[in-house]
Amino acid sequence: MSLTRRLFLTTTAGSAAVLTLAACGGSSDSGDEVADVDPSSFEKGSTMAKLADAGKITIGTKFDQPLFGQAGPDGDPVGFDVEIGKMVAAALGIKPDGIEWTETVTANREPFIENGQVDIVVATYTINDERKKVVDFAGPYYVAGQALMVKKGDDAIGGPDDLKDTNVCSVEGSTPAQNIEDNYPDAKLVTFDTYSKCVTALNNGQADSVTTDNVILAGFVKADEDKLQMVDKGKTFTKEPYGIGLKKDDDDFRAFINDTLQKAYDDGSWAKAWESTAGQVLPTPEPPTIDKY
Amino acid sequence: MGSLIASRAAIGDAFLTTLFLAGVSGVLSLLLGTLLAALRVSPYAPLRTVATVYTEFLRNTPLTIVFFFYVFVTPSMGFTFGYKTAAITALTCYTSAFVAEAVRSGINSVAVGQAEAARSLGMSFSQNLSLVVLPQAFRTAIPPLISVLIALVKNTSVAGAFSVLELFALSKRLTNVHSADVIAILIGIALCYLVICIPLGRLAAAMERKVAFAR
Repeated sequence: MSLTRRLFLTTTAGSAAVLTLAACGGSSDSGDEVADVDPSSFEKGSTMAKLADAGKITIGTKFDQPLFGQAGPDGDPVGFDVEIGKMVAAALGIKPDGIEWTETVTANREPFIENGQVDIVVATYTINDERKKVVDFAGPYYVAGQALMVKKGDDAIGGPDDLKDTNVCSVEGSTPAQNIEDNYPDAKLVTFDTYSKCVTALNNGQADSVTTDNVILAGFVKADEDKLQMVDKGKTFTKEPYGIGLKKDDDDFRAFINDTLQKAYDDGSWAKAWESTAGQVLPTPEPPTIDKY
Repeated sequence: MGSLIASRAAIGDAFLTTLFLAGVSGVLSLLLGTLLAALRVSPYAPLRTVATVYTEFLRNTPLTIVFFFYVFVTPSMGFTFGYKTAAITALTCYTSAFVAEAVRSGINSVAVGQAEAARSLGMSFSQNLSLVVLPQAFRTAIPPLISVLIALVKNTSVAGAFSVLELFALSKRLTNVHSADVIAILIGIALCYLVICIPLGRLAAAMERKVAFAR
């Protein structure tokens, strides 16, 4: 009797847990329903046909970028980049559980694409000419820009031109740090390996400001609104178009991803993906114009 | 390959920074480590305790945390170091614990009769240690000491995460700017470390041969 009872209890507890999980999944994922796509509708031998046939795609993204790609305790990343990746997969008829997420950091994005360790990279990946020498980009799907963050109530810095002789913190080997180094040589650049160390330095008074893409700063301000603020309401002074990286010269695949993005812009799923992730902190922008070079 | 040649000046600077960090903290941690080893064999118990606590504490703490302490915690206590000074302090504190253990193992290898003979001749503890025990201890301690120093050279890369532009930090900067050339850059940087570490290993072998004695 007692054994049956215990078994019954375990089962109910188990199914309750499953139900809760299912409910969570339903609310956070908009792209769970994937329409069936016939692999033979793609041109034979194309990347699309290969991926759709396999029913699997490997996508590189960042695992440490709040709002864009951040790995949770279960190891699966969440964020706007992840939603974009799911859209591309869905257009190939691949369900979210057919996606293998691979962590890509700034230094290994190009080698991973060139060696075929990932099929595409969606990882706050700024499109620029140096990178276009070795990989191709679809998109952009979002245009970020460099901004500044200071301590709450500090009005001494009103923009990048006020950085002279102040300590500006950023991450070593990032494009914003390079921009300060190249274009604002009077500023004293302090670099760490993570932005959270920059925030510590800012709170300690060892740095006067922190600079990087507005989307990253927004996440920190959101987390600590009592102590931090954006300079000039988050005004940006560079343009960082985020693109989807793929193998060079795979023009058909690039056109296919561009069409997928355009469709997502038009039917509102792009905006929906934004609102469920980065849109919790930032206003929803107009979709950028796709650069079909 | 081209980007390595184009940025050779920056690589040279970063190489010298790495060498400077390793050199200064290497010398300091040899001195501090030897002192700690001496304290650990001293006849006065409180000194032994201080040295033991220090060694065990720093030897078992991740280096990043030691760095974090000198870069972010001490400023809130009122001491602000420059980033290079903080790096040297952190590396010295950390490495000296390993040096102390290597030297202590050397001291333990010296036959007890040596120290007893020195004492029976009326030598003080410090004379005993500096004239009789340590010179013999260092012979045995050379291979582990060189291993500690080689580890130190590579540990300087942690400073790159704390605002010192040494080889590792530079590799991040270069791979971002020349993203078409990532592999070549990383190989180039790795070679720079080899240029420092391999001669150290050779030096160890030469010194071992020189001080070798029959037992």
